[in-house]
Order: sequence, then C-alpha cells, then structure tokens
Amino acid sequence: MIELENVSYTYGDGELLSDVSIQLPPGSFHFLTGPSGAGKTTFLKLCYGALLPTSGRLSAFDSDIARLDRDQMALLRRRIGVVHQDCQFLDHMTLAENVALPLMVSGRAETAEQDNLTELLSWVGLGSRLEARPPELSGGERQRAALARAVILSPDVVLADEPTGNVDWEMSQRLLRLLVELNRMGKTVLIATHDLSLIRAAKSQVQARVLRISQRKLQLAGADL
Amino acid sequence: MSNGTIRNLLSRDKRADRVVPPTGYTAHLTLFVAGAMGFLAVFALALSLASGRVADRWASELAGAATLRINAPSGQLAAQTEAALTVLGQTPGVASARALTDQEQAALLSPWFGPDLPLDTLPVPQLIEIIEGEPGLDAAGLRLRLSAEVPGAVLDDHTRWRAPLVDAAMSVRRLGWISILLIGGATAAMITLAANASLAANARIIEVLRQVGARDRFIAGAFVRRFTYRALLGAGIGTLFGMIGVSLLPETSDAGGFLTGLGFQGAGWLLPAVIPLLGATVAFFATWSAARRKLKELS
Repeated sequence: MIELENVSYTYGDGELLSDVSIQLPPGSFHFLTGPSGAGKTTFLKLCYGALLPTSGRLSAFDSDIARLDRDQMALLRRRIGVVHQDCQFLDHMTLAENVALPLMVSGRAETAEQDNLTELLSWVGLGSRLEARPPELSGGERQRAALARAVILSPDVVLADEPTGNVDWEMSQRLLRLLVELNRMGKTVLIATHDLSLIRAAKSQVQARVLRISQRKLQLAGADL
Repeated sequence: MSNGTIRNLLSRDKRADRVVPPTGYTAHLTLFVAGAMGFLAVFALALSLASGRVADRWASELAGAATLRINAPSGQLAAQTEAALTVLGQTPGVASARALTDQEQAALLSPWFGPDLPLDTLPVPQLIEIIEGEPGLDAAGLRLRLSAEVPGAVLDDHTRWRAPLVDAAMSVRRLGWISILLIGGATAAMITLAANASLAANARIIEVLRQVGARDRFIAGAFVRRFTYRALLGAGIGTLFGMIGVSLLPETSDAGGFLTGLGFQGAGWLLPAVIPLLGATVAFFATWSAARRKLKELS
C-alpha cells in the first residue's frame, strides 16, 4: 500500500503539488490524468521515492519513505515497477539484458528466469528483438521494453508514466491487458496518462479509479471519463 | 569494511560488470598510471634494498676493526709499538693485533707518494691493525690506558667516518621507502580522479540502476572491480618492465661500488611481486571511497 498524507512538493519557488492525500490500496487500479505540466510525473516520482515530499508524510508498505536509507530505498524499488516516460536504458547492453536488469541487481539468476523473460518480451511484441541495442529501438518498442522491465520482478505496485504514448492502438490495448492481468494477480497499478480513450477502454476490463491533478491538487475525476 | 564485503566486491560477476561500459579514457588512464607507478616502485624498492645492504655491509665490515697509530720520535717508535702491542694483548675484546710491516705501510701510502717512497727517511707513524673479538672493544677504556702507557698512541675505531657513511646509506634507504609511499599516494590520487570521472560520466547509468532497485554495493562493486583489476594489470606490466630494467643494470663490483649494486639479490627478486598487489589494493580502496562519496552525492 502507498499512502500520501497532506503531501506537498515544492521545486524552487513553485509548489507543484499541494496538500495531496490519497491511499493506493493493494490490488487497486488507478488512472492519473491532468494537463501537461500538472504534476503527474512528480506524483509518480514521489510514489517510488525518486523525490521526497517537501511536507507531509508518504509511506510505502508501511515505511515512511523519508526515513529510508539508500539500501532500504533500493529494496523498496524492487517492489515498485516503474515505466518512465523517457524509458531510460543502458545503451551498451542488449534489450534482453536491459529488461533483465532488475533480476540482475536483485541477485536472481537470469538463466532461471530465461523462459519468463522470453515469454514476457514476446508478450510485448519484442520476441524477435532480444539482441537489439536500445538506440536501435523505436519509441514504441522502448516503451514496451520499459514496461517489460518494470514487471519482470513481479512487483507489488506498477507505476506507469504515459506507457502507451508512442504505441499504436492495438499495442496500447495489449499493454493495457498486461497491466489489467497484473492487477488481477493482486498488483496495484497506477497509470499516468492523458489518453482518455485508454481509460474508457479500461473501464470494461477493470474497476479503476480515475484521479486528476489540477491546480496542484489531486481530485477524484468526474464520471464523464 | 569486513572481509565478506571485500570478497563480495571483488568476486567476479561478469553480468554485473557489464553494467559499466567497458570503454572510456579512464580505462587507459588507470592502466597507464598503474603501469608507470609500478615501474617506478620497482626502482624505488631496488634503491631502498640496495642502500640497506650497503649500510649493513659498511657497518659490519668496519665495526670489526680498529687502527692504532703510534706517533713517536724514531728512537722511541719501536718501544712504544711494543708497549702498545702488550697493552692490546691484555685488553679484553681484542682478538688480534699486529703492527703493519714497512711494505704494507708503503703500499698504503703509494697512491699519494708513489711506489718508491723511502719510508725509513720519513717520520711515518707506525700503524697497528686491531681485529675485534668478543665481547667487543671498549674504545674509551683502551684510550685511557694507552694515554697512560703509550703516550704517542692514537686509537681510531673508525666510528668517526663509519657513522656518516652508514647514516648516508640509511638516508638513501629511507628516501626509497618514502618514494614508495609517495608513489602509492600518487596512484591513489590518480585512480580516485579517474574513478570520479568515470562515476560522473556514468551518472545516467547509476540512475537507471537505482530505478530498478540496485543497491549502492552493487553499483560500487561494478566500478571497484573494474578499477581494481585494471590497476592490477597495469601495475603488473609496469613491475615486469621495471624488473627487466633492474636486471639489466651492471652487477656489483669493487670498482663500481654502490651504484653497481642497485638491484635485487636472491629472494629479493620476489619482493616486486608485491607491487601489483599493493597497486590493486590502493585502487580498491580509492575507488570504493570515491564510489561511496559519488553515490551519496547522486542520491
């Protein structure tokens, strides 16, 4: 469970998020919407400890994130899979190695997970690109690879920042089905997106709560979504 | 840092090592610095060991002997020499004492006066060679007795000119060790700079690794192993070339004296093997320290 209590985040002179309180219970599914620059990415970064609240309390799995040391933070991040908007990879490693990075850093043998890795990459449509280097991948391929990397450790929470931004409709539906499937397995999913069609498509598959960031505040979005 | 931590950091993990790109100027810099320092360390070590040997040799060779000089009018020279030999014969710590013959004294003076020196026409003092035995010569006590019984006798136990020579050799030895320490320090400084540069250049990689849950030990380990093994390789190559250089120096000879004895002897040839290990140890701690600082800075 991730819980924010009166969390605010200020960068420089500007307050990006103000007095945000919300719980993301285990097994819940959330969409986070809002205009560009509203603070969706900041909210996600707060959730996995890349940023710390300026004020308020943010806890993940019953631990106050602000009190975690770097080792504890690393262990926390193994429980939270993140798909970043800019999909950062290690360019000198192959796609398969990049996706297997979480296995490597957590000390799990890649060989034992090889079948899962291949299956996962096939699921996101990258089964034939295992040996490709990240610079050789298209934007959509990078996003799919980032999603595969985020879920390879079967984390408790998946946070995705515009995961379908660069993929076609068919692939976005496929990625959504993967996230829904993870949610059915009890994982908490939070997707930041401005793609309302994705949210509408999800409604038939999963009971999702839609959140909206507007004017630095987090609100429950209206039913018109 | 515990032994387990050190072992974990140094344990080869080819997959984990791949997270740091294998190229970059820091790779060449580390290799070159470790090589150059290994090369210089061999010479500093050779100098230090050779100086120590010279100091020991000078100390032991000169410490076991003394010279008694009899300055007396020609009419009293034989009598005072005889008296001095009698005193020496009764002195504890004198293994043997003998007066140098005229030929031996002439040979000693020949470098300055030529071989045809008419010794009997000159007021040359009589020299007595004393070989020390157990329990060692009490020079002060002997001087006191000689002043009373052989007024023309002057005892020279070589201390006056032996001490500065031994001191000089010991100073050179100290300089050798200080050089080795400075080489170690310079290596640590250079590798720290190289590690810092490498960590800074790979900040994005560190960020990605952290995003996927890598602990600092995993990230630092990848850099520490890279720099430690590079330093080991570089220092090994430098040491090898240094040893080849030392082996090509001239052998010790009486004519060459100190400068031709600059090398290793016997088991001393094994000592340079420690240099690559020391270089790797320095690199290990320098990189570990740099990585810890940088990772803290980047968090």
